[in-house]
Amino acid sequence: MTRANNRTLPPTCSPPSPAALARALFAACAALVITGCGNIEPWVKPYERQALADPIMSFDPHPISSSYMHHVFEAREGARGALGSAGGGCGCN
Amino acid sequence: MTAWHSTSSFGDLAERARRALLAVARSLLPVAAALVALPAVAAVLPEDRADVLYHRYEGGGVTIHGPSVLVRKKMAEKYSVSASYYVDMVTSASIDVEVSGASQYKEERTQYGVGFDYLRGKTTYSLSYTNSEENDYQAETASFNISQDLFGDLTTISMGFSKGWDVVRNSTDPLFEEDVERWSYRVGVTQILTKTLIAALDFEVITDEGFLNNPYRSYRYLNPADDTTFARAPEIYPHTRTSNAVALNGKYFLPYRAALGGGYRYYTDTWGIRADTFEVNYTHPIGRWILELGYRYYTQDHADFYSDLFERRDQQNFMARDKELSTFTSHRVRLGGTYEFLTGGTGFVKKGSASLFYDRIEFSYEDFRDARYSMDPNSDNFVPAGQEPLYEFGANVIQAFISIWF
Repeated sequence: MTRANNRTLPPTCSPPSPAALARALFAACAALVITGCGNIEPWVKPYERQALADPIMSFDPHPISSSYMHHVFEAREGARGALGSAGGGCGCN
Repeated sequence: MTAWHSTSSFGDLAERARRALLAVARSLLPVAAALVALPAVAAVLPEDRADVLYHRYEGGGVTIHGPSVLVRKKMAEKYSVSASYYVDMVTSASIDVEVSGASQYKEERTQYGVGFDYLRGKTTYSLSYTNSEENDYQAETASFNISQDLFGDLTTISMGFSKGWDVVRNSTDPLFEEDVERWSYRVGVTQILTKTLIAALDFEVITDEGFLNNPYRSYRYLNPADDTTFARAPEIYPHTRTSNAVALNGKYFLPYRAALGGGYRYYTDTWGIRADTFEVNYTHPIGRWILELGYRYYTQDHADFYSDLFERRDQQNFMARDKELSTFTSHRVRLGGTYEFLTGGTGFVKKGSASLFYDRIEFSYEDFRDARYSMDPNSDNFVPAGQEPLYEFGANVIQAFISIWF
């Protein structure tokens, strides 16, 4: 299809790149999925989480020690990664 | 090798950290924008805590020890800053050093890290930067993470991105300098399943590009003049590597006050390495003590371009003989304890603890032979190249640390 005339579009109207579209779509989906699912009734009530809130249930009770042990293994093994993301939590606070 | 001496001022480090963090933050802007739109309900940041640790690793002719410090402090219940310091003091006469004909060397690695967390509603945004320096290697890493509590706090999702910039040098060749760039993409879900069971699923893709060899390592091939001995040539690695790792971990609160944890990680990469990691641990409080027992099993297949002994020089495009890329298994047993003190608090200190952990690790290689036996044909212990016993070694790892909550 050819354009009706030879006018070029001003820079502000240029079509977005596929990468920019993908980013915008991802952002929109993330917002919709996360906010849309916020009304699920928790099957473990906050007052039923005393065992989960016990410090012995922490996945990473001593971050200084676990990061050292990750370093010990990573230097001697081929595998790496998926060791738990920083900032994640158990959701029991 | 000589010990590392810092040539960077704090101002340089701060400026590099600022640029690195900005680059990472820009790349994840759309995700951040999506999460900013979330409903705001209270969550909490990690506790204010300071840890001072001494670590010591001894095994396979290598001793590495040093201090580590980690301090974290909240501000206005919305922000949290952290700073870390870590030193490895290495004395090495490992099998790799011996087979290369070099003598024992000493070196030091120093790592600094800073982190910043911002809590908004149930979303935590985290930025961090680490800088690691030794006389022949420099590494900078900037990370960005977002975590979000969902479904009445039963679920926490997190995603993150890291970018790394390394500079590889060679202490025997002042003109040698190569770069490595690293990218890491992570997603994770932590889920409360029952009143006593919690699980976490993590997935991470890491891509490296650049000079990925250790510049001091060699591969070995049969000596054309005498095939009972070997000759050596510098290793040649591919310039890219992409790995995928997925891990499932769980923790269960037993009918009495104790916890049982377990995990599995599946790993695969474009170099042909496939690995499995299994881990179980048991935590048992007794009075002011918290005792820990653990076992970890690791197994991997060798990289496509790995061989203990190549038939000839330049046999293929890529050649490596790093035992880290060979087929091997390792077993780790852990015994440790934490003693809690000042549990009622005093002054600005809320509580404290002292911990001691001992780990014993046994490595058994299935296609990495002890080449020290075939180095000298005149030795009484001489064994022809390719027929040496398989290499194995054990390591003792000790950690002693004090933690203060304030």
